[in-house]
Amino acid sequence: MTNNGRPRTLFEKVWDAHIVREQSDDSPAVLYIDLHLVHEVTSPQAFSMLRERGLQVRRPDQTIGTMDHSTPTTPRNELGIIPVADAMAAKQLDTFTKNCSDYGIPMYALGDEHQGIVHVIGPEKGLTQPGMTIVCGDSHTSTHGAFGALAFGIGTSEVGHVLATQTLLQNKPRTMAVNVDGRLGEGVTAKDIILAIISRIGIGGGTGHVFEYRGEAIRGLSMEGRMTVCNMSIEGGARAGMVAPDDTTFEYIRGRRHAPSGADWDAAIASWRALPSDDGAVFDKEITLRADELIPMITYGTNPGMGMPIDSAVPTPENETDFNKKIALDKALAYMDLRPGQKLLGKAIDVVFIGSCTNSRISDLRQAAEFIQGRKVADSVRMMVVPGSQQVKKQAESEGLDLIFREAGAEWREAGCSMCIAMNGDQLQPGQYAVSTSNRNFEGRQGKGGRTFLASPLTAAASAVAGAVTDPRVMLAGLS
Amino acid sequence: MEKLKHIQGSIVSIPVNDIDTDQIIPARFLKVTDKDGLGKAAFCDWRYQEDGETPNPDFVLNKPEYQGASVLIAGNNFGCGSSREHAPWALLGAGFKAVISTEFADIFRNNSLKNGLLPIVVDAETQQQLFSLAEEDPSTTVSVNVEAQTLTLPDGREVGFPLDGFSKYCLLNGVDQLGYLLALDDAVQSFEADNPQRVATKA
Ligand code: SF4
Repeated sequence: MTNNGRPRTLFEKVWDAHIVREQSDDSPAVLYIDLHLVHEVTSPQAFSMLRERGLQVRRPDQTIGTMDHSTPTTPRNELGIIPVADAMAAKQLDTFTKNCSDYGIPMYALGDEHQGIVHVIGPEKGLTQPGMTIVCGDSHTSTHGAFGALAFGIGTSEVGHVLATQTLLQNKPRTMAVNVDGRLGEGVTAKDIILAIISRIGIGGGTGHVFEYRGEAIRGLSMEGRMTVCNMSIEGGARAGMVAPDDTTFEYIRGRRHAPSGADWDAAIASWRALPSDDGAVFDKEITLRADELIPMITYGTNPGMGMPIDSAVPTPENETDFNKKIALDKALAYMDLRPGQKLLGKAIDVVFIGSCTNSRISDLRQAAEFIQGRKVADSVRMMVVPGSQQVKKQAESEGLDLIFREAGAEWREAGCSMCIAMNGDQLQPGQYAVSTSNRNFEGRQGKGGRTFLASPLTAAASAVAGAVTDPRVMLAGLS
Repeated sequence: MEKLKHIQGSIVSIPVNDIDTDQIIPARFLKVTDKDGLGKAAFCDWRYQEDGETPNPDFVLNKPEYQGASVLIAGNNFGCGSSREHAPWALLGAGFKAVISTEFADIFRNNSLKNGLLPIVVDAETQQQLFSLAEEDPSTTVSVNVEAQTLTLPDGREVGFPLDGFSKYCLLNGVDQLGYLLALDDAVQSFEADNPQRVATKA
């Protein structure tokens, strides 16, 4: 599909199809939004603004709410209710319930069988589809780009704009092709791909750009793996990351609650097949990685760009030629209490967190459970497994994964963001080390003074068993 | 939003690269349902000791000589991470009117402009000069002319900075962008007439 004969990228096709008003010297483009996801934390001030101005939600039928960030993940009580202990969180949840009901927005409340992390439920319900524009007041909205949607995070003022008008002012971003060629080795996962990309380009490397992940390794990933990769696009500075839709995408969507059906399905497939970037489409930037050279990755510092192959040594600030980077590294190592040149393999840890919109889907839990089956979580480690949604939880329980985790000594929790953002009481204590499958290792992100190593679910499970940072491939080799 | 035409104020620097929004305002302060009182949470974990209340005397924002500063000079790539608009709300609440860096994360920049907090991008040399000035003389002031898109340093040097025309118009006139979008309702309606709904959340 070409526009005036000019080959276009996937991003350009989706962008062009949603222009309400073209960008000009005087104003950004006005973009139509197909799907707006809302949650309790970044929406209250937006609803207040609607009230102040007497505005309605323009398309409640293109808006969906869920509770996830400040919800507790503690087990239900004998009445089947998940109690909210924190008064401020309780007020925020009540406010959200009222807002959604006042404005007619369908919403999955705490305890609902469809509730979950906003970026898990969109795809799960078939709401996330190729070619759509999707926004949410949350930076990991980039997750939905795995389907070939243009999906990005917005601020609360913009949440208000979309609620009131279903449109958004946007300056057109640039594009960057991120090629991942070759095939992944045993024990190396989607999470390792994205951590490798970010450690290569740095956390500001994608600023102003939309990524398109391409290449054999990306094509070979499941939809859940692609979501893991796209999820962390923002950690490389890009607001959005996209993967061209293909048969893997269509098979994932088919039959889901909001997926098209019958003749609509055939028409949808036909239009989705036209979305991939045309041959000869030009990207503003391009980088290439080889998947077969990757091994499990881990972060050592206080931003997701400070990552390395798991068998490497923590870098030495003195070797850093860029003064600002040296300072940043010094500061990070001081916070993490790590020495330059130190290896992380064998470093004792206190907590393992498996969860978050990066790695809490059923395949993540299966992978971790398969690994942990017949093993025990080290006595010194607290391991939390937090499914991304109630549906993921239900599926996992039907497969007996909860029992595997429990028998190994891990906690099996209700669905939510949990220790990814530490708003709900699930948090690290000062000085503790965690291996986490989430996406941010910023200072205090998982609790004030807590120290986070980001890694894949496999690496997290292996580290839980060993009680220390561990390369899962070593244990996997022991299996076969 | 109030009109923002000129800023004249003293500077304070946090010369750290990649200051993320979790540092600008930690997540535990996001349980609010309004925008009030967030200023005291700005840089909370750097600003206060373990108890979260006693000021950490070493942190620059607590030093008496920097009280009242309204222009923050930061390391590269300021505001990365979460989309929380609480970050500019907290900075405004703490008395800042502008932040100067070599680069801003996209969402933070958007959020700031919508709230009248001016993100000013300068070259690395100017950034270093400002770091030095702030350290050597805490009473250093700079001035900013939004219309002319210039930052004037104490030595009289004028440095230009980028600002898209639309955001500039909104800042100068104190208008928020929602009014502009609401006025486009006809265009939105005709877009909807031409493009069938992709997905229905109520179905
Ligand atoms: S799981 Fe973490 S990153 Fe994902 S939406 Fe929740 S808080 Fe944000």
